[in-house]
Amino acid sequence: MIQVKSLNKTFKVAKRNAGIGSAVKSLFKPQYSTIHALEDISFNIDEGEIVGYIGPNGAGKSTTIKVISGILVPDSGKCDILGLTPWKNRIDHVKNIGVVFGQRSQLWWDVPVIDSFNLLKDIYKIPTKDFNDNLDLLTSSLNISSILTTPVRQLSLGQRMRCEIAASLLHNPKILFLDEPTIGLDAVSKIAVRNFIKTINKEKNVTVILTTHDMSDIEALAERIILIGKGRILLDGSLTELKNKFATHKTLTVDFKENSSDINIEGTSILSRSKERIALSVDLNKVKVSEVISTLSNKIDIIDLSVDSRPIEEVIIDLYKEYQI
Amino acid sequence: MRAYYSLFKMRLLKGLQYKTAALAGVSTQFFWGFMYIMIYQAFYRSTSSPQPISLRQLIQVLWLQQSFLVFIMLWFRDRELIDHITSGSISYELCRPTDIYSFWYAKILAQRLSGAMLRCLPILLIAFLLPYPYNFSFPPSISSFVLFFIALTLGLVLIVAISMLIYISMFYTMSPTGSLLMFSVLGEFLSGLLIPVPLMPDFLRKIVYVFPFRYASDLPFRIYVGNIGFKEAIISIGVQILWISILIIGGKLWMNKALKRIIVQGG
Repeated sequence: MIQVKSLNKTFKVAKRNAGIGSAVKSLFKPQYSTIHALEDISFNIDEGEIVGYIGPNGAGKSTTIKVISGILVPDSGKCDILGLTPWKNRIDHVKNIGVVFGQRSQLWWDVPVIDSFNLLKDIYKIPTKDFNDNLDLLTSSLNISSILTTPVRQLSLGQRMRCEIAASLLHNPKILFLDEPTIGLDAVSKIAVRNFIKTINKEKNVTVILTTHDMSDIEALAERIILIGKGRILLDGSLTELKNKFATHKTLTVDFKENSSDINIEGTSILSRSKERIALSVDLNKVKVSEVISTLSNKIDIIDLSVDSRPIEEVIIDLYKEYQI
Repeated sequence: MRAYYSLFKMRLLKGLQYKTAALAGVSTQFFWGFMYIMIYQAFYRSTSSPQPISLRQLIQVLWLQQSFLVFIMLWFRDRELIDHITSGSISYELCRPTDIYSFWYAKILAQRLSGAMLRCLPILLIAFLLPYPYNFSFPPSISSFVLFFIALTLGLVLIVAISMLIYISMFYTMSPTGSLLMFSVLGEFLSGLLIPVPLMPDFLRKIVYVFPFRYASDLPFRIYVGNIGFKEAIISIGVQILWISILIIGGKLWMNKALKRIIVQGG
């Protein structure tokens, strides 16, 4: 459905040192440096997938989204989305896609939300019946029916973001690009947005590409992730694969009856220890968690215990470290 | 087409909200109108030779200039569009299945139209009630009114096409100040807003006639007062149409070129 092949994009960035001397110098001989925003980016995405596109700030995530949504023209490379090249057939291409840029707004600032929606109806030439059906579905599932008549400037960020997402889906797009859709949202709005993305993916088979820094978004939504850093794709695989590769440790926390005997088990390291509680990091390559528990239960009187995987955030940090991005 | 129409409508309604701005505009324009009339009255008194335009006609032109100021001024800018370009919100505009040039054109046209709708009628009405010789009066004939109406409409189409060039230049400069200043200083002079075109020396008038600017303001207003005859008016309307086609085609080509090199940074 989406085929991207060796996409390249460079930006020229003006540079000069601090101070008056270099400012004057740059008047006559401006210095530029070239930044490779995208280098040889290739991937394929099938219909109905939800793909998390992750990477640190400045990795090229938004640039990729902008290229495949037809806003930017790449220096070289191919892209085929539903048979169209975004930057060559922009107008036909954008009819198939919905885009949300979390940091910008597409709604008209000083008119009620519904006016913006009606304008979009005319821009996309949505038939009235489809429009009403979609609007009903979107307003009820995003819970925005009560704020449709409020001017956009008076909405909270969470309310506005839900309206932005609704606005980008009014024309029944087959593909949805979400560029940081949950940025700045509270827990309730975040979950509402996530559930909604899941719903439209299941019910309407909308393909979703999502960039975010919030790993819980990725965990809740994406089965597949693409990791990008310094303009290159570093990893493309399922989230479970990634976790298995990097989650080589589990954390075991045990509460027990007061005991100060020495606890030292092969293949574990102590993270913290008090008279009644101990936290151990278990290296799964060396020892099984069950073995550690049985050894422990011989030594101490266990009251409660919990086994936790490492949080996905830490896995990502490791990943960034490994690839030095 | 419907999309451009509803965008136009929305922008028009938005513009009509600014009633206080319009009221302030009306009073400012009256002040300017009177000031210009005084200046030219003094000028006409000090000369005994006949001028190419009579004081009565000039007063009519001045009132028309003041009431249709929003139609003819190049410095009249659309903050929203400028913000779109400099902040990068243009991303969203590019995600719409519309031609950006036409889309923006409709916006600017609506903005100018809404601005003029609130201003021109009150100014003309009050100017109409002023004592002779300061008052505004009907055109000498119905034909000159019809021609005036056509020339004014085409003039608006023309001025929006010129302003589009200013906005497109922002893709390169990122700031509207430079091109706005250049266009407005030059344009204002070349439209005869500083010195009425008939009062200019011959060589200057020839230069002014080469540029498109006077076809938006000088032409329709002088048709109204009967300073430009029927035959010249018809020819000039032809020139207007020619300029409109050149500027719109050129603007569209330039826009397509500019869009290829845009960069939207940060998020």
